[in-house]
Amino acid sequence: MDITRRHLLALLPAAAVAWKYILAGTPEASPNYKLSEHWWGMLIDIPKCIGCGSCVRACAEENDVPDGYFRTWIERYHVADWRIERPEVESPNGGKQGFPPNEISGGKNFFVPKLCNHCTDSPCTQVCPVGATFVTPDGVVLVDKSYCLGCRYCVQACPYGCRFVNPKTNTAEKCSLCYHRITKGLTTACCEVCPTGARQLADLKNPKDPIHEFLKTHTVQVLKPHMATGAKVFYNGMDGSVR
Amino acid sequence: MFKDIEHLIRLALVIAIAVVAFIVLRVAVVPTSFGQYGHYRGAAVGEAAARPIAFAGHQVCEGCHTDVAEKKKQGKHVVVSCEACHGALARHADDPTSVTPVKLDTATLCGRCHEANSAKPKLFPQVVTADHSGGIACDTCHQPHKPRIEDEKPAAEGKK
Repeated sequence: MDITRRHLLALLPAAAVAWKYILAGTPEASPNYKLSEHWWGMLIDIPKCIGCGSCVRACAEENDVPDGYFRTWIERYHVADWRIERPEVESPNGGKQGFPPNEISGGKNFFVPKLCNHCTDSPCTQVCPVGATFVTPDGVVLVDKSYCLGCRYCVQACPYGCRFVNPKTNTAEKCSLCYHRITKGLTTACCEVCPTGARQLADLKNPKDPIHEFLKTHTVQVLKPHMATGAKVFYNGMDGSVR
Repeated sequence: MFKDIEHLIRLALVIAIAVVAFIVLRVAVVPTSFGQYGHYRGAAVGEAAARPIAFAGHQVCEGCHTDVAEKKKQGKHVVVSCEACHGALARHADDPTSVTPVKLDTATLCGRCHEANSAKPKLFPQVVTADHSGGIACDTCHQPHKPRIEDEKPAAEGKK
Protein backbone atom coordinates (compact mmCIF):
# COMPACT_ATOMS: atom_id res chain seq x y z
CA MET A 1 0.00 0.00 0.00
CA ASP A 2 1.30 3.40 -0.86
CA ILE A 3 1.40 5.79 2.06
CA THR A 4 -0.12 9.02 0.96
CA ARG A 5 0.15 12.28 2.82
CA ARG A 6 -3.39 11.69 4.10
CA HIS A 7 -2.43 8.30 5.57
CA LEU A 8 0.64 9.73 7.21
CA LEU A 9 -1.34 12.52 8.85
CA ALA A 10 -3.77 9.97 10.25
CA LEU A 11 -0.92 7.85 11.58
CA LEU A 12 0.86 10.68 13.43
CA PRO A 13 -1.46 10.91 16.48
CA ALA A 14 -1.41 7.13 16.84
CA ALA A 15 2.38 7.14 16.74
CA ALA A 16 2.50 9.90 19.36
CA VAL A 17 0.31 7.88 21.71
CA ALA A 18 2.40 4.74 21.15
CA TRP A 19 5.62 6.70 21.81
CA LYS A 20 4.31 7.80 25.20
CA TYR A 21 4.01 4.16 26.28
CA ILE A 22 7.50 3.43 25.00
CA LEU A 23 8.82 6.31 27.14
CA ALA A 24 6.83 5.37 30.27
CA GLY A 25 8.90 5.10 33.47
CA THR A 26 10.12 1.94 35.13
CA PRO A 27 7.85 0.32 37.70
CA GLU A 28 8.57 0.57 41.42
CA ALA A 29 11.74 -1.19 42.53
CA SER A 30 10.66 -2.56 45.90
CA PRO A 31 7.69 -4.89 45.36
CA ASN A 32 7.06 -5.50 49.08
CA TYR A 33 7.02 -1.85 50.02
CA LYS A 34 3.56 -0.34 50.45
CA LEU A 35 3.36 3.43 50.24
CA SER A 36 0.26 3.61 52.43
CA GLU A 37 1.88 1.78 55.35
CA HIS A 38 4.58 4.35 56.15
CA TRP A 39 4.85 7.95 57.26
CA TRP A 40 8.47 8.94 57.53
CA GLY A 41 10.15 11.44 59.79
CA MET A 42 13.33 11.75 61.81
CA LEU A 43 14.31 12.21 65.41
CA ILE A 44 17.32 14.35 66.31
CA ASP A 45 18.62 14.08 69.84
CA ILE A 46 20.65 17.29 70.24
CA PRO A 47 22.32 16.32 73.56
CA LYS A 48 23.82 13.31 71.79
CA CYS A 49 25.32 15.14 68.80
CA ILE A 50 29.11 15.41 68.90
CA GLY A 51 29.47 17.38 65.64
CA CYS A 52 31.75 14.78 64.05
CA GLY A 53 30.35 15.42 60.56
CA SER A 54 29.87 11.71 59.76
CA CYS A 55 26.32 12.36 58.62
CA VAL A 56 27.37 15.16 56.26
CA ARG A 57 30.12 13.04 54.69
CA ALA A 58 27.89 9.99 54.39
CA CYS A 59 25.08 12.02 52.81
CA ALA A 60 27.46 13.48 50.23
CA GLU A 61 28.73 10.03 49.34
CA GLU A 62 25.37 8.29 49.26
CA ASN A 63 23.66 11.00 47.23
CA ASP A 64 26.51 12.42 45.16
CA VAL A 65 26.11 15.90 46.65
CA PRO A 66 28.54 18.39 45.04
CA ASP A 67 31.23 20.05 47.20
CA GLY A 68 30.02 23.16 48.95
CA TYR A 69 26.36 22.07 48.82
CA PHE A 70 24.58 20.22 51.58
CA ARG A 71 21.49 18.07 51.93
CA THR A 72 22.28 17.88 55.63
CA TRP A 73 24.67 19.99 57.67
CA ILE A 74 25.61 20.66 61.28
CA GLU A 75 25.48 24.03 62.99
CA ARG A 76 27.41 24.92 66.13
CA TYR A 77 25.62 27.31 68.44
CA HIS A 78 27.27 29.53 70.96
CA VAL A 79 24.82 31.25 73.27
CA ALA A 80 26.33 33.84 75.57
CA ASP A 81 24.89 33.91 79.09
CA TRP A 82 23.21 37.24 78.60
CA ARG A 83 22.10 37.06 74.93
CA ILE A 84 19.89 34.07 74.29
CA GLU A 85 18.16 35.93 71.44
CA ARG A 86 21.46 36.48 69.59
CA PRO A 87 23.17 33.10 69.29
CA GLU A 88 26.38 32.84 67.30
CA VAL A 89 25.96 30.10 64.70
CA GLU A 90 28.68 28.65 62.53
CA SER A 91 28.90 25.76 60.13
CA PRO A 92 32.35 25.55 58.51
CA ASN A 93 31.88 23.58 55.27
CA GLY A 94 28.62 22.29 56.70
CA GLY A 95 30.54 20.60 59.52
CA LYS A 96 31.78 18.03 57.00
CA GLN A 97 35.25 17.87 58.56
CA GLY A 98 33.99 18.41 62.09
CA PHE A 99 34.53 21.62 64.05
CA PRO A 100 37.70 23.33 65.27
CA PRO A 101 37.93 23.92 69.05
CA ASN A 102 35.60 26.68 70.14
CA GLU A 103 37.41 30.02 70.38
CA ILE A 104 34.88 31.68 72.64
CA SER A 105 34.79 30.48 76.24
CA GLY A 106 31.80 30.46 78.53
CA GLY A 107 28.15 30.45 77.60
CA LYS A 108 26.36 27.46 76.19
CA ASN A 109 27.69 25.50 73.21
CA PHE A 110 25.99 22.72 71.31
CA PHE A 111 25.52 21.22 67.85
CA VAL A 112 22.32 21.16 65.81
CA PRO A 113 22.16 18.85 62.77
CA LYS A 114 19.82 20.12 60.09
CA LEU A 115 18.16 18.57 57.06
CA CYS A 116 14.90 18.75 55.14
CA ASN A 117 12.04 18.62 57.62
CA HIS A 118 9.84 16.63 55.22
CA CYS A 119 6.92 18.90 56.03
CA THR A 120 3.40 17.56 55.80
CA ASP A 121 2.25 20.92 54.41
CA SER A 122 5.49 21.81 52.72
CA PRO A 123 5.86 25.35 51.33
CA CYS A 124 8.29 24.16 48.64
CA THR A 125 5.82 21.79 46.99
CA GLN A 126 3.07 24.42 47.11
CA VAL A 127 5.08 26.91 45.06
CA CYS A 128 6.41 24.51 42.42
CA PRO A 129 4.78 25.62 39.16
CA VAL A 130 5.23 22.32 37.33
CA GLY A 131 4.64 19.61 39.94
CA ALA A 132 8.32 18.67 40.03
CA THR A 133 8.41 18.51 43.82
CA PHE A 134 5.85 16.69 45.87
CA VAL A 135 5.04 14.89 49.11
CA THR A 136 4.90 11.16 48.48
CA PRO A 137 2.04 9.14 50.00
CA ASP A 138 4.53 7.95 52.65
CA GLY A 139 5.42 11.50 53.67
CA VAL A 140 8.74 12.20 51.96
CA VAL A 141 9.30 15.40 49.99
CA LEU A 142 11.02 14.52 46.73
CA VAL A 143 12.15 16.29 43.56
CA ASP A 144 11.43 14.88 40.11
CA LYS A 145 14.65 15.79 38.31
CA SER A 146 13.16 15.22 34.87
CA TYR A 147 10.37 17.72 35.56
CA CYS A 148 12.28 20.43 37.44
CA LEU A 149 12.87 23.63 35.48
CA GLY A 150 15.39 25.02 37.94
CA CYS A 151 13.29 28.15 38.58
CA ARG A 152 14.35 28.28 42.27
CA TYR A 153 10.91 29.15 43.65
CA CYS A 154 11.20 26.24 46.05
CA VAL A 155 14.67 27.33 47.17
CA GLN A 156 13.18 30.64 48.25
CA ALA A 157 10.04 29.12 49.73
CA CYS A 158 11.76 26.68 52.11
CA PRO A 159 11.85 28.40 55.51
CA TYR A 160 14.65 26.08 56.64
CA GLY A 161 17.09 26.73 53.78
CA CYS A 162 17.21 23.06 52.92
CA ARG A 163 17.17 23.36 49.14
CA PHE A 164 19.75 24.29 46.53
CA VAL A 165 20.14 24.08 42.77
CA ASN A 166 22.66 21.46 41.75
CA PRO A 167 25.22 23.21 39.52
CA LYS A 168 25.69 20.06 37.42
CA THR A 169 22.06 19.27 36.64
CA ASN A 170 20.60 22.77 37.18
CA THR A 171 17.69 21.24 39.01
CA ALA A 172 16.54 21.72 42.60
CA GLU A 173 17.93 19.26 45.07
CA LYS A 174 17.37 18.41 48.71
CA CYS A 175 17.40 15.61 51.25
CA SER A 176 15.37 12.70 49.91
CA LEU A 177 15.41 10.99 53.32
CA CYS A 178 17.42 8.37 51.38
CA TYR A 179 14.20 7.24 49.73
CA HIS A 180 16.15 4.58 47.81
CA ARG A 181 17.27 3.11 51.13
CA ILE A 182 14.20 3.39 53.35
CA THR A 183 12.01 1.72 50.73
CA LYS A 184 14.43 -1.22 50.80
CA GLY A 185 14.16 -1.57 54.58
CA LEU A 186 17.43 0.20 55.33
CA THR A 187 17.92 3.34 57.38
CA THR A 188 19.21 6.60 55.87
CA ALA A 189 22.95 7.02 55.24
CA CYS A 190 23.20 9.71 57.95
CA CYS A 191 21.40 7.61 60.55
CA GLU A 192 23.46 4.56 59.57
CA VAL A 193 26.78 6.26 60.32
CA CYS A 194 25.78 8.46 63.26
CA PRO A 195 28.09 7.10 66.00
CA THR A 196 26.04 8.32 68.97
CA GLY A 197 22.49 7.67 67.76
CA ALA A 198 21.76 11.39 67.66
CA ARG A 199 19.83 10.84 64.41
CA GLN A 200 17.16 8.21 64.11
CA LEU A 201 14.86 7.50 61.21
CA ALA A 202 11.25 7.26 62.35
CA ASP A 203 8.26 5.60 60.75
CA LEU A 204 5.30 7.26 62.39
CA LYS A 205 2.81 4.75 60.96
CA ASN A 206 4.70 1.77 62.37
CA PRO A 207 3.30 1.13 65.86
CA LYS A 208 6.47 -0.79 66.82
CA ASP A 209 8.78 2.12 66.01
CA PRO A 210 10.56 3.36 69.18
CA ILE A 211 9.72 6.93 68.11
CA HIS A 212 6.27 6.66 69.73
CA GLU A 213 7.66 5.85 73.16
CA PHE A 214 10.26 8.58 72.76
CA LEU A 215 7.69 11.22 71.78
CA LYS A 216 5.53 10.28 74.78
CA THR A 217 8.35 10.52 77.30
CA HIS A 218 10.33 13.50 76.02
CA THR A 219 9.72 17.17 75.33
CA VAL A 220 10.18 17.28 71.58
CA GLN A 221 10.03 20.28 69.27
CA VAL A 222 10.16 21.02 65.57
CA LEU A 223 11.99 23.91 63.92
CA LYS A 224 9.93 27.08 63.34
CA PRO A 225 6.60 25.67 64.56
CA HIS A 226 4.97 29.07 63.91
CA MET A 227 5.39 28.46 60.17
CA ALA A 228 2.83 25.62 60.49
CA THR A 229 4.65 23.50 57.94
CA GLY A 230 3.89 20.24 59.72
CA ALA A 231 7.61 19.49 60.00
CA LYS A 232 8.42 15.84 60.73
CA VAL A 233 12.01 16.20 61.93
CA PHE A 234 11.67 16.18 65.70
CA TYR A 235 14.32 17.74 67.90
CA ASN A 236 14.84 16.57 71.46
CA GLY A 237 16.54 18.87 73.95
CA MET A 238 16.49 21.84 71.62
CA ASP A 239 17.46 25.19 73.12
CA GLY A 240 15.14 28.17 72.62
CA SER A 241 17.91 30.00 70.76
CA VAL A 242 17.85 27.56 67.82
CA ARG A 243 16.53 29.14 64.63
CA MET B 1 -33.39 27.11 8.47
CA PHE B 2 -30.07 28.92 9.06
CA LYS B 3 -28.80 31.26 6.49
CA ASP B 4 -25.22 30.59 5.39
CA ILE B 5 -24.99 27.55 7.66
CA GLU B 6 -21.74 26.58 5.97
CA HIS B 7 -19.95 29.24 8.01
CA LEU B 8 -21.10 27.65 11.24
CA ILE B 9 -20.15 24.18 10.09
CA ARG B 10 -16.72 25.41 9.11
CA LEU B 11 -16.29 27.10 12.51
CA ALA B 12 -17.46 23.98 14.34
CA LEU B 13 -15.01 21.95 12.32
CA VAL B 14 -12.14 24.24 13.27
CA ILE B 15 -13.11 24.04 16.96
CA ALA B 16 -13.47 20.26 16.74
CA ILE B 17 -10.03 19.94 15.18
CA ALA B 18 -8.54 22.22 17.85
CA VAL B 19 -10.12 20.13 20.63
CA VAL B 20 -8.92 16.88 19.10
CA ALA B 21 -5.43 18.32 18.61
CA PHE B 22 -5.38 19.49 22.24
CA ILE B 23 -6.46 16.09 23.54
CA VAL B 24 -3.99 14.23 21.35
CA LEU B 25 -1.15 16.56 22.34
CA ARG B 26 -2.02 16.37 26.02
CA VAL B 27 -2.13 12.58 25.99
CA ALA B 28 1.17 12.52 24.14
CA VAL B 29 2.97 15.03 26.35
CA VAL B 30 1.67 14.34 29.88
CA PRO B 31 3.19 11.14 31.31
CA THR B 32 0.77 8.30 32.05
CA SER B 33 1.55 8.30 35.75
CA PHE B 34 0.93 12.05 36.20
CA GLY B 35 -1.79 12.41 38.80
CA GLN B 36 -1.47 8.86 40.07
CA TYR B 37 -0.87 10.11 43.65
CA GLY B 38 -1.24 13.87 43.23
CA HIS B 39 -0.19 16.73 41.00
CA TYR B 40 3.09 15.10 39.98
CA ARG B 41 4.53 12.26 37.94
CA GLY B 42 3.76 9.11 39.96
CA ALA B 43 6.57 7.14 38.32
CA ALA B 44 9.05 9.60 39.92
CA VAL B 45 8.38 7.92 43.28
CA GLY B 46 9.50 4.55 41.93
CA GLU B 47 12.48 6.12 40.18
CA ALA B 48 13.63 7.72 43.44
CA ALA B 49 13.32 4.36 45.17
CA ALA B 50 15.21 2.50 42.45
CA ARG B 51 18.55 4.30 42.86
CA PRO B 52 21.49 2.12 43.96
CA ILE B 53 22.77 2.37 47.53
CA ALA B 54 26.33 3.27 48.61
CA PHE B 55 26.24 2.26 52.30
CA ALA B 56 25.54 -1.44 52.79
CA GLY B 57 24.41 -1.16 56.44
CA HIS B 58 26.05 -2.79 59.45
CA GLN B 59 23.77 -5.86 59.39
CA VAL B 60 25.27 -6.85 56.03
CA CYS B 61 28.85 -6.33 57.30
CA GLU B 62 28.18 -8.42 60.41
CA GLY B 63 26.87 -11.26 58.23
CA CYS B 64 30.43 -12.06 57.12
CA HIS B 65 32.69 -10.34 59.65
CA THR B 66 31.29 -12.16 62.67
CA ASP B 67 34.64 -12.05 64.53
CA VAL B 68 34.71 -8.24 64.41
CA ALA B 69 31.04 -8.06 65.42
CA GLU B 70 31.79 -10.25 68.46
CA LYS B 71 34.75 -8.10 69.43
CA LYS B 72 32.77 -4.90 69.05
CA LYS B 73 30.07 -6.24 71.38
CA GLN B 74 32.61 -6.21 74.23
CA GLY B 75 33.38 -2.52 73.86
CA LYS B 76 31.66 0.82 73.75
CA HIS B 77 32.00 1.07 69.98
CA VAL B 78 29.25 -1.53 69.59
CA VAL B 79 26.89 1.36 68.82
CA VAL B 80 29.12 2.70 66.05
CA SER B 81 28.20 1.32 62.65
CA CYS B 82 31.02 -0.23 60.57
CA GLU B 83 30.74 2.25 57.72
CA ALA B 84 30.96 5.25 60.07
CA CYS B 85 34.72 4.63 60.08
CA HIS B 86 35.34 2.35 57.09
CA GLY B 87 33.30 4.39 54.62
CA ALA B 88 30.59 3.39 52.15
CA LEU B 89 31.14 -0.23 51.11
CA ALA B 90 27.98 -1.50 49.44
CA ARG B 91 30.08 -2.48 46.44
CA HIS B 92 32.35 -4.53 48.69
CA ALA B 93 29.26 -6.21 50.17
CA ASP B 94 27.98 -7.10 46.70
CA ASP B 95 31.32 -8.45 45.55
CA PRO B 96 34.09 -8.59 48.20
CA THR B 97 36.82 -8.76 45.57
CA SER B 98 35.71 -5.59 43.77
CA VAL B 99 36.74 -3.13 46.49
CA THR B 100 39.21 -3.76 49.29
CA PRO B 101 38.64 -1.45 52.26
CA VAL B 102 41.74 0.64 52.96
CA LYS B 103 43.57 0.70 56.28
CA LEU B 104 42.37 3.72 58.18
CA ASP B 105 44.50 6.54 59.52
CA THR B 106 43.46 6.47 63.16
CA ALA B 107 45.37 9.65 64.02
CA THR B 108 42.81 11.71 62.08
CA LEU B 109 39.79 9.39 62.16
CA CYS B 110 39.47 9.04 65.95
CA GLY B 111 39.91 12.77 66.43
CA ARG B 112 36.80 13.51 64.39
CA CYS B 113 34.73 12.20 67.26
CA HIS B 114 37.04 12.35 70.27
CA GLU B 115 38.88 15.66 69.84
CA ALA B 116 37.88 17.89 72.75
CA ASN B 117 35.32 20.58 71.92
CA SER B 118 33.29 22.64 74.34
CA ALA B 119 30.15 22.07 72.25
CA LYS B 120 30.33 18.28 72.66
CA PRO B 121 28.23 16.62 75.37
CA LYS B 122 30.14 16.65 78.67
CA LEU B 123 29.80 12.87 79.16
CA PHE B 124 31.26 12.04 75.77
CA PRO B 125 34.89 10.86 76.03
CA GLN B 126 37.13 13.60 74.67
CA VAL B 127 40.86 14.25 74.58
CA VAL B 128 43.14 16.98 73.30
CA THR B 129 45.10 14.70 70.97
CA ALA B 130 48.23 16.88 71.00
CA ASP B 131 48.53 16.42 74.79
CA HIS B 132 47.08 12.91 74.92
CA SER B 133 49.17 11.12 72.33
CA GLY B 134 51.49 13.68 70.78
CA GLY B 135 50.24 12.83 67.31
CA ILE B 136 50.99 9.08 67.29
CA ALA B 137 48.32 6.84 65.77
CA CYS B 138 45.55 6.04 68.27
CA ASP B 139 45.61 2.32 67.44
CA THR B 140 49.11 2.08 68.93
CA CYS B 141 47.35 1.75 72.30
CA HIS B 142 43.58 1.52 71.61
CA GLN B 143 42.03 -1.14 69.43
CA PRO B 144 39.25 0.68 67.55
CA HIS B 145 36.82 -2.26 67.71
CA LYS B 146 37.26 -2.49 71.48
CA PRO B 147 38.87 0.77 72.50
CA ARG B 148 39.28 0.31 76.26
CA ILE B 149 42.87 -0.55 77.22
CA GLU B 150 42.62 -3.79 79.25
CA ASP B 151 44.56 -2.87 82.38
CA GLU B 152 43.07 0.59 82.53
CA LYS B 153 40.52 1.25 85.25
CA PRO B 154 37.00 1.67 83.80
CA ALA B 155 36.57 5.11 85.41
CA ALA B 156 39.63 6.43 83.58
CA GLU B 157 38.36 5.56 80.13
CA GLY B 158 38.46 8.32 77.62
CA LYS B 159 39.89 10.80 80.09
CA LYS B 160 43.51 11.73 80.25
